[in-house]
Amino acid sequence: MIEALDLLFNTSLWAAVLRIATPLIFGVLGALLCERAGVLNLGIEGIMTMGAMAGWLTVHLGGDLWTGLAVAAAAGALMGLLHAMLTVPLGLSQHVSGLGITLFASALAYYLYRLIVTVGDSPPTITPFRRLDIPGLSDIPVLGPILFAQTAPTYLALGTALVLAYVLARTPMGLAIRMTGENPHAVEAQGLNPIAIRIGAVVAGSALMGMGGAFLTMAAFNSFFPEMVQGRGWICIALVVFASWRPGKALAGALLFAFFDAYQLRLQTVVEGVPYQLFLMAPYILSIVALILVARRARVPEALMAPYRRGER
Amino acid sequence: MRLERRADTPLRLVVLAPLGAVLAALILAAGLIGAAKVDPLMAYGEMLRGALGSRLSVTEMLTRATPLILTGLAAAVAFRARLWNIGGEGQFYLGALTTAWVGHSLALPGALGIPVLMVCGMAAGALLLAGPAVLRLRFGVDEVVTTLLLNFIVILFVGLMIEGPLKDPLAFGWPQSVPVAGDFRLPDLIARTRLHIGLLIALAAAGLVWLILARTVFGVETRAAGLNPRAATFAGIALPRTIMGVALVSGALAGLAGAIEVMGVTGGVTTTMSPGFGYAGIVVAMLAALHPAGVVAAAIFVATVFVGADAMSRATGVPSFIADVIVALSLLTMLVALLFTNYRIRR
Repeated sequence: MIEALDLLFNTSLWAAVLRIATPLIFGVLGALLCERAGVLNLGIEGIMTMGAMAGWLTVHLGGDLWTGLAVAAAAGALMGLLHAMLTVPLGLSQHVSGLGITLFASALAYYLYRLIVTVGDSPPTITPFRRLDIPGLSDIPVLGPILFAQTAPTYLALGTALVLAYVLARTPMGLAIRMTGENPHAVEAQGLNPIAIRIGAVVAGSALMGMGGAFLTMAAFNSFFPEMVQGRGWICIALVVFASWRPGKALAGALLFAFFDAYQLRLQTVVEGVPYQLFLMAPYILSIVALILVARRARVPEALMAPYRRGER
Repeated sequence: MRLERRADTPLRLVVLAPLGAVLAALILAAGLIGAAKVDPLMAYGEMLRGALGSRLSVTEMLTRATPLILTGLAAAVAFRARLWNIGGEGQFYLGALTTAWVGHSLALPGALGIPVLMVCGMAAGALLLAGPAVLRLRFGVDEVVTTLLLNFIVILFVGLMIEGPLKDPLAFGWPQSVPVAGDFRLPDLIARTRLHIGLLIALAAAGLVWLILARTVFGVETRAAGLNPRAATFAGIALPRTIMGVALVSGALAGLAGAIEVMGVTGGVTTTMSPGFGYAGIVVAMLAALHPAGVVAAAIFVATVFVGADAMSRATGVPSFIADVIVALSLLTMLVALLFTNYRIRR
């Protein structure tokens, strides 16, 4: 019991929270951007897998880490474009298209990976993003190692949360995106094109998802293997609901979630006699509980999942 | 140019849509096979030979199609009522685990025990989907996310059970559950092959589901709930009760798939016994345009791709993940094809 509490005072736990949260922050922001424009993107799980593979592959083939991250974003954007084309101009089922994208993107990622790495070989590794150890700041006791000794993509994720919150809340573009998710007819009446706005939001959101996946192979681990996304995409979809579609709350939700995940990982080592699977289940159970808690109060974007056709009500 | 909803779809289009979708998926995947420096036509030839080229390969393919028919029916029934059951994979595993658990210790003659075990597997699957259905009806929690997350929870639970209380002591430390008693293994349909009478059970299930959907009040209510929930409510249909009924039927079908796979093929449960039967069931249902007869045909197509791709991979070195790519692509192309069956283009 004392040991379980002791864990909370361990700086490595809190440093791990930010690390574990990073892919979730990218993913939840990406999903949120899509949904604020009115498109549910269940392609997220596959897009993250694709991003993880594309980023890793770029570096494996000799690219540098930032090129890898950019390629992962581009691969995510491409998958997002496919989802956007099917669901926005064609108005097809967002549920089915999203699941199709997830199946397709993960299968494609595994296939391309297997073209390069044959079965039985140990997964090739890359040199991942290093901790930055910001001079001066990272030497601050306690806070230093937690906040100022992360990898660059973690800071990029936190920065993205700030930018997205600002853009959505304070800029004309953000207003247009939010309005497209609430009432696309009003957007049309303003002389804007809701179709283009939705496509743009889904493509940009999917790029973020791709970067979230890339963090797994380029910072958290240093190689790619099948099933590595492990439902993180689905957890992001749950987190968007938990956050009531607000970027600030989404960031907080991702951090809270990462805290529980980091804690259960360490708890496994001190609590004896409990099967490890119970600990591993915790994040998924927690996501369901979070959904139940907020579902009644959730303020869903009015036009979420409603295809927009010009001149049709 | 705009789209106009068709009042009714000619039968010609209903049949052509999935065929066109599959053809388009195969053409798109040919590019990827080319990337592996293998002639796509040769690869597809190997695939056909691997799945349909011999008596043995056909029985292997049908063995693979059996659970797919059931998970496909599970998805089709649910999607008809717009209950997004993406938890077929979890329901399959829980059905399988329950069957192995009960079937290990049950003292009944085989002819009685097999139906009992089937009911056990169905009950497990049905209960697993009842949870998300209640959460949706009671608290407005979206079932897509809950059923998806439950898949991960169930597979971890299976892992827990087969390393703990249900561990097979005779498996030399290999994580595998205790097997069902020999009396409860499904008889072979064709001697000296893996094909078992589960195929007949799956076909009977497809017939029964078709009968229920086409000829009963529940079937009509299911369709109404999916097409227009508001109108259905005004027509006096108790929507929550219908959704709940659909959830129980859908979960039971996926659970039955798990039960039959254990009794017919694997005997015990492992955490890798399903190569994504639950997820592939969604593709099967969509290719079938949610029709039970179509489900059988679509399951055979998907099983052909999976079994054929393994053989093709051995012969040509093309990664067998090409099967998952083809199946996923055919879901996307089918979605587009449905646009043409439901709408017509007007200038």
